[in-house]
Amino acid sequence: MTTKLFGQSIKRSEDPRLVTGNGRYLDDLGHDAYEVAFVRSPHAHARIVDIDVTDALDIDGLVAIYTHDDLESRMGEPLPLLIPHPTLTHGRTQYALAMDEVNYVGEAIAMIVATSRYVAEDIADRVNVTYEFLPAVVGVEVARAAEHLVHDDVPGNVAAVMVQENGDADAAVDAAPHQLELELKIERSAAMPMEGKGVHAVWDDDDKSLLVHTSTQTSTSVRQAVAAKLELPVDRVEVVTPDVGGGFGVKIVHPWPEEVLVPWAAVRLNHAVKWTEDRREHFISSAHERGQLHNVRVGYDDEGRMLGLSVRFWHDHGAYTPYGLIVPIITSTQLLGPYKPGAYKVELNSMYTNTVIVTPYRGAGRPQGCFVMERTIDAIAADLGLDRTVVRERNFIQPEEMPYDHGLIFQDGRQLMYDSGDFPASLDKLKKLVGWDDFEAYREEARAEGRKVGIGIGCYVEGTGVGPYEGGHIRVETDGTVVVSTGLTSQGQGHQTMLAQLVGDELGVPFDRIKVTTGDTRRFKYAVGTFASRTAVMSGSAVALTARKVREKALEIAGHALEASPEDLEIVDGHIQVKGAPTTQIDLGAVAVLSNPLRYAFDEASARATQFAAPADPDKPPVAPGQSPGLEGTDYYSPPRSTFANGMHAVIVETDPLTADIKILRYCVVHDCGTIINPMIVEGQIHGGVAQGVGGALYERMEYDETGQLLNASYMDFLMPYASEVPEIEIDHLETPSPLNPLGVKGAGEAGVIPGSAAIASAIEDAEGFPIHSMPISPSELFHLRLRHQEGH
Amino acid sequence: MTTETLVKVSLTVNGAPREMEVPARRLLSDALRHDLRLTGTHVGCEHGVCGACTVLVDGQPTRSCLVFAVSLEGSEITTVEGCCKPGGAMGPVQQAFQDCHALQCGFCTPGFITTITAYLEENENPSKEEAREAISGNLCRCTGYQNIVAAVQRAAEIKRGDDA
Repeated sequence: MTTKLFGQSIKRSEDPRLVTGNGRYLDDLGHDAYEVAFVRSPHAHARIVDIDVTDALDIDGLVAIYTHDDLESRMGEPLPLLIPHPTLTHGRTQYALAMDEVNYVGEAIAMIVATSRYVAEDIADRVNVTYEFLPAVVGVEVARAAEHLVHDDVPGNVAAVMVQENGDADAAVDAAPHQLELELKIERSAAMPMEGKGVHAVWDDDDKSLLVHTSTQTSTSVRQAVAAKLELPVDRVEVVTPDVGGGFGVKIVHPWPEEVLVPWAAVRLNHAVKWTEDRREHFISSAHERGQLHNVRVGYDDEGRMLGLSVRFWHDHGAYTPYGLIVPIITSTQLLGPYKPGAYKVELNSMYTNTVIVTPYRGAGRPQGCFVMERTIDAIAADLGLDRTVVRERNFIQPEEMPYDHGLIFQDGRQLMYDSGDFPASLDKLKKLVGWDDFEAYREEARAEGRKVGIGIGCYVEGTGVGPYEGGHIRVETDGTVVVSTGLTSQGQGHQTMLAQLVGDELGVPFDRIKVTTGDTRRFKYAVGTFASRTAVMSGSAVALTARKVREKALEIAGHALEASPEDLEIVDGHIQVKGAPTTQIDLGAVAVLSNPLRYAFDEASARATQFAAPADPDKPPVAPGQSPGLEGTDYYSPPRSTFANGMHAVIVETDPLTADIKILRYCVVHDCGTIINPMIVEGQIHGGVAQGVGGALYERMEYDETGQLLNASYMDFLMPYASEVPEIEIDHLETPSPLNPLGVKGAGEAGVIPGSAAIASAIEDAEGFPIHSMPISPSELFHLRLRHQEGH
Repeated sequence: MTTETLVKVSLTVNGAPREMEVPARRLLSDALRHDLRLTGTHVGCEHGVCGACTVLVDGQPTRSCLVFAVSLEGSEITTVEGCCKPGGAMGPVQQAFQDCHALQCGFCTPGFITTITAYLEENENPSKEEAREAISGNLCRCTGYQNIVAAVQRAAEIKRGDDA
């Protein structure tokens, strides 16, 4: 029997390549390409009066300088608004190169093409741009005050106002026995993959075809966008995603200005062109996330059960809205977590500011929503003097209430309906894992030693595996190798391994005979992309369904060859054999040969499929009606709605009584992503997510000054955690399978990051005895909060 | 403006003598990646903070984005490609990274592998705490470091076995 691969911690097939220096990331390609540097705005808000290139023209190695004036027809129009929404009444997107106004520090103004990046940067330094300065709008509070506007034609700096309501929440809050009102804030952070963006384009002028490599989370959609912008037939454009050095959301945005400009220049110059983003560029011209202000009103009974919840929040959207309202829509819906809020109303306000655009970063609005909900629950517990886990339990949706419809619309335009989960069981596991009920004894011990410790908790629900679809293609080669492709891309999640595990089980083929390709439009043209923890659910399901189809076809052909009924056959280790009589067998490669009747042989194997090689039924066509040549198949998976994973984190922190240094002593995770394909990979995803959650809670923030300068646009000043800052993570799993897909899986990619700020704030609050309403928090901020509370404020 | 002056530099890279003519301002990272086409060395921040570009210069971990190639005349350089076994199979640290799932996207990995390779020359049996300390100068955005710590100890184990 072939060993079952599903559920096994199979070592990754990606790794031998990546650990030996044989990965191929974007900048590893195109050594002979022209290289690009950009002149970017040093001002947050200004009109461009003049661009003078005179000083730049005599530099050896200059190939071209382009400004907006050079961009003809569709290239000169604004970039697409990817996800329109009826309430996004004032959506705005930027030009590939600024036309006459810049709206953030880092916006591209001129594109320099040269023989090397060094030279391109020399030239960029010599381009003189004259600006007329405009007042910068920085931060949600300033945007809301609207003394100045980011876009002249957007009143109040408001891109969108969207309200969702289930019941009369304000009336329910007012009528409740107890009410609380909270102001809660989360600051900006960013995805910050170790590899920035990058694009390499080669135009074949004889073939009139374009090959683009880009470090993206969606190659199929970049292909459509590039073809549209360059006005090329889409069949003349292919987009390949090479190895990608992390994405975490920022690379789902497309087309970035560079993703259309580099191909455009390659066509125009009839020469390969490459741009590799540097770290400062990534800080000031890619995307950020997280910055939101929230006002919460909640009404509850004596037991701590919520009766009404009314939330208004203001989302710092940056200068443009290319990705629509996805992040604030997710906050507004996923805020509810595992709870029944009673009547619920949420109003999101999307605000323009003169800062880098805001688009999804791992978690995508959920860390903010989770922070808001969990702070609210803790506040209820504090008000009523109840244990924080008791208040959570009393508000949980119960397992028997699944599927649970919140009566709201989710980010995919579908109902916010939870499909599965057992929140009381998850909480029980977490309390045991962290020792919740023993903590008071530990606190007393610590107190006796002069130490301050606190315990915190954060619970979340995460809609994963959003549609609309993904697909898979599988072909069995005549040597028995199985080649699999899916259109979405990989940024380190081990998709090659995970998808091969699924195919191996479905097709009865050993793991090492399966080769998986992702994100290459030459191989698979229809896909959406890698975001929203969707690959295992979407491409996993699609590839499993495809494998079932190919299996059926293989058994059909083998049945003819072995003169057996397909129902009596099984596939074991790549051989098709009669059940109970395994000596009667044919290997899959031979079936692949037979599946493709040939006239011409090109090797020994293919000779077996030629017309005189074997007796055939003279009255039947070589390819049966309804069949197609080749042992291959394609299938798609399109779910009615998202599947909902969930989890709960508990943290124990120690805060230094003198310095207010914050140290995480323990970090415990209970995680439910349905059935688990590869536990090692899932745990790796959780580890990485938690590290980003810790970063977001204690270290990372984008420090903009009031003029819109990003003061910490480097790894030196933007404090991403090193190994010394990330605690050992303890994990327990609960598997409640999703009923929505054939594998029972739910997404796992983003989970780890979501409750970080919520749980850590809860623990600090518990250690200190006063509420924490804003994250991230530094030792110095905690120190000053202590002083304020000592003074009675 | 005239063409940049090129300077001759001779290095030993992964045991093989290499000669290049590069501009004086050419960073070692770019010379390795683009002149010698050893693209295993990655550049993550261009100012010596992230450690992805770490190579060994005469055995010492060095940020190749902070040194000019021409300043290293006569030096012996080891890159991640040079941490393989003869013939190209995974060396002990590389094998440990696969065994422990110590990488996800793999972009920062070469810098960790070179750093750990040098560290294990100094400490052949690190404790968990020492292993964590040893990697605390390199940034990884994917793994949360826990499995890299495990890989340091696993690599030491493999290496001790290999040496035995």
